[in-house]
Amino acid sequence: MAEHAHAAEHTHPNYVKIWAILVVLLAVSVAGPMIGIRVVTLITAFGIAIVKAYLVAKNFMHINIEKRFIPYIVITVLVFMLLFFAGVAPDVMKKEGTQWEKPSWKSSPAASATPAHEGAHH
Amino acid sequence: MSARPIATSRSSAGLPTGKLAVWWVIVSEIVIFGGLLASYIMYRLAHDAFSEQAAHTNMWIGAFNTLVLLSSSLTAVLAHQAAEAGDGRKAARLIWFTIGGAFTFLIVKSFEWTFEIQHGFTITSSTFWSFYYTAAGLHALHVLAGAIIMMFVASAAAKNLELHRVELIGVYWHFVDVVWIFLFPLLYIAK
Repeated sequence: MAEHAHAAEHTHPNYVKIWAILVVLLAVSVAGPMIGIRVVTLITAFGIAIVKAYLVAKNFMHINIEKRFIPYIVITVLVFMLLFFAGVAPDVMKKEGTQWEKPSWKSSPAASATPAHEGAHH
Repeated sequence: MSARPIATSRSSAGLPTGKLAVWWVIVSEIVIFGGLLASYIMYRLAHDAFSEQAAHTNMWIGAFNTLVLLSSSLTAVLAHQAAEAGDGRKAARLIWFTIGGAFTFLIVKSFEWTFEIQHGFTITSSTFWSFYYTAAGLHALHVLAGAIIMMFVASAAAKNLELHRVELIGVYWHFVDVVWIFLFPLLYIAK
């Protein structure tokens, strides 16, 4: 109950203003690819996605005023995701390595999105 | 006050157990969606052909649905604010706006998928489309689940009952919004 009292005490930010910022960021992320520069597209797409997610988590989910262990546990599972990526990515993203290869990648057109095209590049 | 279930009247780890449960669900969902998106990114980076397939998705539909979800998050957090002020009727009204956003999202998505399937892009067309339908479909199921739960929360809130649940469903809804915030650039922009 003390938590409820604490939650009721916190001052609410201007939610409409935050929503407006999120909409402007959305517009920027949509406009990014129109410039036609790959780096700009990546920044406007994924950089802005991170900023938008932060704004929603902080201002709408109020994660910054929750008990300290809540952001900690969220960060922990995100780190687990990074570990998962780091551990699995080399196996998924390479078609061959020391004493192993993925014959299906080289022979089967069904193994990837359009490997026939990709095969032409390698 | 009505008789309240133990999940909301008891405090655990310094939080009402209802709120603790919602956050527990969310961190579990982060692992589910995180694993899916991490796998997608691996394949996306390994296969340039993914971008050729992604070129067939419609960025404007994705952007519109992003706007819908962001707006529904606004009404969800305003409902939370109203519930904290003890105004259950206003909270319920705002939750119904959020539910409207959820169904708008789903209707747009159903038209989008119909169009794509009619053009031959099915879940078995390629690895990209498998990821596309799996990730967006799993997310859509969460949207539907959230909308159904919000109907119950809104019904109670209109009678000024269980107003704390407005915040709980709001936190879940914002998480659904955050997942889409990452799905949108992955599936619609990075071409």
